[in-house]
Amino acid sequence: MAPTHRAPASDARPDTAGPAKAATATRAGRRPALGHPLLRHGLWALAALAAVALLTAATGPVTDLRVADVGLHLLAVAGLQLLVGTSGQVSLGHGAFMFVGAYTMALLVVNLPAVPLAAGMAAACAAGCLAGLAVGAATARLHGPYLAGATLMLAVGLPAVALRFPDLLGGANGLAFTAIGAPPALSGLVDDTQWRALVVWTVALIGLVVLATATRGRLGRHLRALRDDPTAAALSGIPVGRARVTAFVISAGAGSLAGACQAYVLGTATPSTYALTLSLVLLAALVLGGLGSLWGAFWAALAIVYVEVAGTELAHALELDTDVRNNLPVVFFGAVLIIIVLAWPRGVHGALSALGRHRSTPSQTGDS
Amino acid sequence: MRTDPIRAARPLAAASLALALLAAGCTGAGQTGEGAEADLDVSTGVTDDTVTIGAHMPLTGPAAPGYSQISVGAQAVYDFVNANGGVHGRTIEYLAEDDAYDPTRTVEVTRELVHQDEIFAMVGGLGTPTHSKVVDFLNTEGVPDLFPSSGALMWNDPEKYPLTYGYQVDYTKESKILGEYISEEFEDAKVGYLLQNDDVGVDSQRGLDMYLQDQAVSVEHYESGAEDLSAQIAGLEREGAEVVVCACIPNYVALGLLESARIGYEPQFITSSIGGDTVTLRGLLSSFAEQAGSGGDPDDFLNGLMTLGYLPPVELGGDDPWVAFLRGVYDEYGGDAPLSNTTVYGMVQAVQFVRALEAAGEDPTRASLIEALESLEPGGPGLVPFSSTGEDRGGYAGGFITRYEDGELEMVRDPAVTDNAEGDIEPAEVDRPLPEDIGPLAQG
Repeated sequence: MAPTHRAPASDARPDTAGPAKAATATRAGRRPALGHPLLRHGLWALAALAAVALLTAATGPVTDLRVADVGLHLLAVAGLQLLVGTSGQVSLGHGAFMFVGAYTMALLVVNLPAVPLAAGMAAACAAGCLAGLAVGAATARLHGPYLAGATLMLAVGLPAVALRFPDLLGGANGLAFTAIGAPPALSGLVDDTQWRALVVWTVALIGLVVLATATRGRLGRHLRALRDDPTAAALSGIPVGRARVTAFVISAGAGSLAGACQAYVLGTATPSTYALTLSLVLLAALVLGGLGSLWGAFWAALAIVYVEVAGTELAHALELDTDVRNNLPVVFFGAVLIIIVLAWPRGVHGALSALGRHRSTPSQTGDS
Repeated sequence: MRTDPIRAARPLAAASLALALLAAGCTGAGQTGEGAEADLDVSTGVTDDTVTIGAHMPLTGPAAPGYSQISVGAQAVYDFVNANGGVHGRTIEYLAEDDAYDPTRTVEVTRELVHQDEIFAMVGGLGTPTHSKVVDFLNTEGVPDLFPSSGALMWNDPEKYPLTYGYQVDYTKESKILGEYISEEFEDAKVGYLLQNDDVGVDSQRGLDMYLQDQAVSVEHYESGAEDLSAQIAGLEREGAEVVVCACIPNYVALGLLESARIGYEPQFITSSIGGDTVTLRGLLSSFAEQAGSGGDPDDFLNGLMTLGYLPPVELGGDDPWVAFLRGVYDEYGGDAPLSNTTVYGMVQAVQFVRALEAAGEDPTRASLIEALESLEPGGPGLVPFSSTGEDRGGYAGGFITRYEDGELEMVRDPAVTDNAEGDIEPAEVDRPLPEDIGPLAQG
């Protein structure tokens, strides 16, 4: 489960949303045509949002819901990517931050209906960052299995808070509400589900731009140096504790936003959704997608949404015994994970980029 | 590269700017307002020869053992009706979608049913934590939401959910009847409550407390999903409870019976309707005993158990015309599992829907289905009246209490009805039609 990807910092390609060539150009010191990484990432995000808008316009409400699901899982896994892939801290408690975000959102909508959606999202992000700060500060000295164990407790324990305060948090039944749909001005043009998918992707892409820019910048370099050799990093003057906590805070904020998006889309926050399984699935999917790149997070999000759907449909198609059916989707996911990691140790993204390199090799050798 | 503090702050600034822009264009996230009323004068899901209905059901997951029989029972009734010409010549397509008792999945499969499969009505969506997440959606979309499989009080709220009609006796009504019975028959006994720690427990305790306030010595809760009840049973024994009322699902009734037998504690157990299916309990007790490596007859644990019911129990066998009829249908169209009271629950749900659909006329619309439902005769397969009027759509309005002994049930409290407030408990008067009185069922 621990990240085996220990490529030296210089080799860890910091390309995230941007294409590899642009990244190489920046590293060589030449400013590419698109200038600052933030601007470039922003343009990529706008393009992605346009693609999502086109996709949802062409499909029905059920697909819209899945598209939104991919978007919010993408954000959650991307946050985990920064923590696990870039800084090398293994967290088994990422689902707990989604819980924080979902309940912040749900409580605001239920108790303060006049608060705008964006403010709700911001509040959820802030709550997540605070939780991340607390957890990050408490666990900054832990590493490897000790950190995994500490965060595991978070994933196991936090959802029980909802059961402890049934009047405020709704107990095991959770909170149910209806959040605002498409603005009246756009009625007829986009329906509610489509609008919600777009909102989720807007939030997710803003989060991704922040994550990509942070990974590309000084923080990302510090984290990679830390991941590869903490002692060497500390000797070169990198503030080890602060960098680790910062990674935790950003990652928790992303997870919390993803949880808020989920609550907003589904109109519910229920403790059982944020059980330990979720945290494990996020981490497993990240390994499947590929550690070290935001593209890996994208494949991971697709896998979380669609491999489970496929597994469930397979289970029903086979008309098996209930006990077998219960476990088949998990087994299916596990089997896919094992096969992919065996075949391509760097996940789907590693496989795809290897394929890309393989294709471009003949022409390069021809040139030289 | 030296870091420019301004540049470092830019991502944050950009993010906050974007959020501020979004905020400027938005009204409150919870201010959904009153949308246009959904048009009910439509016959979505009805074709010349089919009517498509749907339900979300736990076919896998923690609630599947036992409850997955509900959709098997319903399907058997629909198959029987379809094989005998359907309702007004239309066959009923019943889509039971698996939500694994996970509210997230419930939302997804319900939207699939409504938007993709275009169901005419939702019939028997199962579970309080699950169905409460889609009841708003169904009412907004104008989809009749009939007979949720849950005893929560919220289904009987015409103001808020005009298209939702309850089915199961609600937790407060049934616990009032239980409370009154205990206070009369076990006048001086110390009473302990064993409650599920959610709305089941809260609503049940409200009813019990109306009659047992002075007798109650201990209230124990368990979390749904817990693995054992040893702490709770020990707590009840410590307080000396002689009668234990259990508002639990079957899994925890079985665990409670086993645990108290293990520590040699022998109170009188009385369960509410959700945990009282003795056929399911027998199965659970056998499988728990098997896991523990001990043999034994489930009846050793079950004998003396009292339960509340409202549908004719399968143990009545041929003495009840509806049990005989449903057993016949199940034998021909049902699954391999033995007919249980949980199966009957699903079958009666289907019978009630078939009655409403028939009354909705030759060319049913959602509006005519609702109208038919509101004028449905209160008598049906159940032993207590069924209410689905405009003002009171609480479903079954009361229950009776039985005592189990070696596979036989003895009626210890005749059917009674009540409300979920301060109202009295009165004897139930119900005019039960026979299966052959109901058109689509008689054609066979």
